[in-house]
Amino acid sequence: MPSHTISVLVENEFGVLSRVAGLFSSRGFNIESLTVNEDPQDPTVSRIVLVTSGDDQILEQINKQLNKLVSVIKVTDFKEVDTVDRELVMVKIAVDERTRTELDSIVHAFRAHVVDIGPRSVTVEVTGDTGKIKAFIALVRPLGIKEMVRTGKIAMARSVQLESNHNHRHVRE
Amino acid sequence: MKKLTGAQIVIESLIAEGVDVIFGYPGGAILPTYDALLDSKIRHVLVRHEQGATHMAEGYARVSGRPGVVIVTSGPGATNAVTGIADAYMDSTPMVVISGQVGTSLIGNDAFQEVDFVGITRPCTKHNYLVKDVRDVARIVKEAFYIAGTGRPGPVVIDMPKDVQQAEHPFSYPNKVDLRGFKPTIRGNPRQIERAVEAIEQSEKPLLYVGGGVQWSGAAAELTALARGLGIPVTETLMGLGSVPASDSLCLGMLGMHGSYGTNTAVCNTDCLIAVGARFDDRVTGRIADFAPNARSIIHVDIDPSSISKNVKVDVPIVGDIKAVLTDMLDAVRARESIGKRKAVWAKWHQQILEWKRERPLYENGNHKERDSVSPLHVIEEMHRLTKGDCIIATDVGQHQMWIAQLFPFERPRSLLTSGGLGTMGYGLPAGIGAKFAAPDRKVIVVTGDGSIQMNIQELGTAVQYGVDVKVVILNNYFLGMVRQWQERFYQERYSYSAMSVPNFVKLADAYGAKGFRIEKSKELAATMKEAFATPGPVLIDIVIPKEEAVMPMIPPGGSMSEMLFA
Repeated sequence: MPSHTISVLVENEFGVLSRVAGLFSSRGFNIESLTVNEDPQDPTVSRIVLVTSGDDQILEQINKQLNKLVSVIKVTDFKEVDTVDRELVMVKIAVDERTRTELDSIVHAFRAHVVDIGPRSVTVEVTGDTGKIKAFIALVRPLGIKEMVRTGKIAMARSVQLESNHNHRHVRE
Repeated sequence: MKKLTGAQIVIESLIAEGVDVIFGYPGGAILPTYDALLDSKIRHVLVRHEQGATHMAEGYARVSGRPGVVIVTSGPGATNAVTGIADAYMDSTPMVVISGQVGTSLIGNDAFQEVDFVGITRPCTKHNYLVKDVRDVARIVKEAFYIAGTGRPGPVVIDMPKDVQQAEHPFSYPNKVDLRGFKPTIRGNPRQIERAVEAIEQSEKPLLYVGGGVQWSGAAAELTALARGLGIPVTETLMGLGSVPASDSLCLGMLGMHGSYGTNTAVCNTDCLIAVGARFDDRVTGRIADFAPNARSIIHVDIDPSSISKNVKVDVPIVGDIKAVLTDMLDAVRARESIGKRKAVWAKWHQQILEWKRERPLYENGNHKERDSVSPLHVIEEMHRLTKGDCIIATDVGQHQMWIAQLFPFERPRSLLTSGGLGTMGYGLPAGIGAKFAAPDRKVIVVTGDGSIQMNIQELGTAVQYGVDVKVVILNNYFLGMVRQWQERFYQERYSYSAMSVPNFVKLADAYGAKGFRIEKSKELAATMKEAFATPGPVLIDIVIPKEEAVMPMIPPGGSMSEMLFA
């Protein structure tokens, strides 16, 4: 079933995350990834970006059930819109004399950053969409991944989107 | 401004909301609020178990249309209330539950009588609050009543830590709420209403399928006007019974698992199903794929968008308050002269349904009164005769509930109180008591079974203490009758733990200070019921019926019309 990103604007109050998460668990919907943050401009609200999966009917129910929660102010469904989305990953990679140069070139190509260096490992931070993160991990895996942490996805609709999205699809058809 | 305690603010806020009665039970963590309650004019009904309080509040709400109010203490007081809260959530019943909670400094410490009540009730409330600051109390009470009673009604919990009840703050009650996340749609989209009317006009076999939403919206009159104006027959869910007078031939009664042959055949044949305030519950639809298979269009009017296209894909969704939508629909119908020409076609369809109904009536009108043992139909006929049909009936859950739904002709909305969604045994007696507080002048009858009544029999004590005039009719077959019926039909007559011994109900009533009667033979029924109904105050009538009596017809769970079983 296709993955699907939803952005939920909620009241910034305690317990709101469990209301949203509880809705998913009690109705048997799946959460693949989740990020929660206080809105940097309006501390009375928080934004939850979550990735879920399901057919159209399930997604419609998720949307409606989220809207039904009193603490939910707005639900944005990124299905019909072109979005910019990002994830961040930090990977601690084993290195020796032989592999250090190879890793440097990968880091450079991915516009990643080295954030910590030790005698036998290097920690690299990469941001990007899911595809880029996946590709990076695949490339460094042969070197030896010692540890990895990854955030959930955050997403935003592109500003001129509706129009360009429409044209885009038109061209594809 | 004079400062009040959080507890006093709660009580003042309830007064501001026009609350006249509270169902509750005191305990340590809620004592400050009880202390404040003593100085107010609000009536308090001391129940025997918190579940009773919640069902009383439901009965009160169903009859009055206003939120029922419950106060309980923390811990076990709160958990005992959960069943009734879940029941109210499933049946869209407005309710405000105020629970005591341990002091804020103790929360999370496994303190005495502490439970995470907000956590427990999150999936079965419309919304809930843990009040952490006395400054928020008045606003939260205001919001709670607004949320409980607006849009699709439901229960709201306010968890009040003891120190918040004791803290002080000046009281001023807000006159409006500001909830950016809660703005129910009231008026239906005019284009959708127009589309619905078009679909109806094009249909040859239109059928209204109405649920509890019609009664919550107070739209029975508009619905009846629409049905009569166009001559469209109406089937009702368990919660929708009474929306259209049963005496009107357009009223086809209940559909679904225990609906009549004629009514369910109509559902099978309709080409345009108009669902109003109903939610396509599995007890109504049976196997989804076979539900209303000939409906070329399904119209669904509901205040809750998440009810639409949840179980059955809908062609014309209309989100809005039913009364408002039906009013607009009536205007749209009146503006469309061409629709009048369809009435002759629809009258033929109506006649066809009536013929189906006559072909296989719910119960053969036979010699049920002459036989030795008491027939449930006979009991219901006597109830109807003694009350002239004008009464509120609260039921429990099981066979007796289905017999009432099938056989008692409800002429008015808000007259049947029953646990439809959750199917809570033990609902009936407390709901009947709550109903009497909402409508002291109406006759209230509780119809129950020997299993169900024992789930909340203790509320007889409440009825006696407050002199509540409820007549409790127990259809007693010494069995969990509906369980037995399923075991007979679907489990090869293996009656696994469904036989039950019962107390001597006459002596039990006497012990509580109520009056008890017992009827074993058909010939005693009329005279004893008459005497029992004429006896003032709470009365228990224990009526023995044969255990073989089954609710028929029946569509097996998950089945379809073609699998309907008959007596």
